[in-house]
Amino acid sequence: MDQKTVAYDSKVEGEVIVTQADAVINWIRKNSVWPMPMGLACCAIELMAAGGSRFDMARFGMEVMRFSPRQADCMIVAGTVTYKMAEVVRRIYEQMAEPKWVVAMGACASTGGMYRSYATMQGVDRIVPVDVYVSGCPPRPEALLDAMIKLQDKIGRESAVKNLTARKANGATPAPEMAGVGKDS
Amino acid sequence: MAESDLALLQERFDYLTERESADHLAVNCPADKLIEFCTALRDEFGYDMLMDVTAVDWDAQSPRFTGIYHFLSTTKHVYLRVASDCPDDINPTLPSLCDLYAAANWHERETFDLMGIRYEGHPNLRRILMWDEYPYHPLRKEFPLAGIDVPLPAADVAEQTKASVIPAPMMGGPFVSSGDGPMSQTEPRARDESWTEKKEKPTD
Repeated sequence: MDQKTVAYDSKVEGEVIVTQADAVINWIRKNSVWPMPMGLACCAIELMAAGGSRFDMARFGMEVMRFSPRQADCMIVAGTVTYKMAEVVRRIYEQMAEPKWVVAMGACASTGGMYRSYATMQGVDRIVPVDVYVSGCPPRPEALLDAMIKLQDKIGRESAVKNLTARKANGATPAPEMAGVGKDS
Repeated sequence: MAESDLALLQERFDYLTERESADHLAVNCPADKLIEFCTALRDEFGYDMLMDVTAVDWDAQSPRFTGIYHFLSTTKHVYLRVASDCPDDINPTLPSLCDLYAAANWHERETFDLMGIRYEGHPNLRRILMWDEYPYHPLRKEFPLAGIDVPLPAADVAEQTKASVIPAPMMGGPFVSSGDGPMSQTEPRARDESWTEKKEKPTD
């Protein structure tokens, strides 16, 4: 746990635990990541392997792969995003519940990879905000697990309460963090 | 077997000419005779499988586009290549073989998408790889390898993310493997590494 958690003294506090809302909310969020497998190419096979018994993502509290975007909060873009598919990827991202995170798995999703071609989007971060990039072509399941643990760390550092109130004040505009995306267009 | 086929075919269809080929028997067939010829190929000569439909762009030549068909006889185990020049260089068209071979459907859509050849009589001639509104045909000779800057197909996504379809960074590419030698030394690499995105390609 991070430093925000206040130590619990059962003699003083009885059945009450004192902590900060941020710490609690982040702790809940980061230990119940429900990924949406956006499998588009070979990386998706490694993603399946990561969910299988040998690597077993369940050990890290992120095994609940949801194939409905409304029940997922972390999109794992595994594979080559073509321009024809880009609209669908973005649409599924928009359908996911807030707060949501994106992992770009592998070279293609991160940068277009070896596809220096007219048909391939040169990095999925042009249309969705990416939190963690995973290198490799395709990355091994261990690399994905590492990325997911990195994502948990990142979720743990977020100021959840501030985000909640800010979102409310802004009238819940979708994905305000998109501002800096697509700067080269 | 293939040579005797050629004699038979030429005897029957006087408009056929033999086409230079490094592997299988190949013939040239005029576009307006294509349906008649392919019907006979399928029904009388045993070429019951259409393996591939593609096309060649000869760039500055006329006729500019040549449609290519690969047939296989599953009984004789021989291939036959049929080439047919498109009469029009600006709006190339060929008759569709969909009524003869079901396999022609997607193959012709792909060739239409990437080379821009219209197949007359095709039941559903839509793009298959690129999105429907895409204005170019990427396998044509004048199309740059990295692509052309156009708007993103989804207008609402483009509006929200400010993303567009950009030419792919080539970084001195295309990347090719020399193909011989140990794999550790034949990693694909750019033939011309003198230029990158930051350092312009030298013009001669």
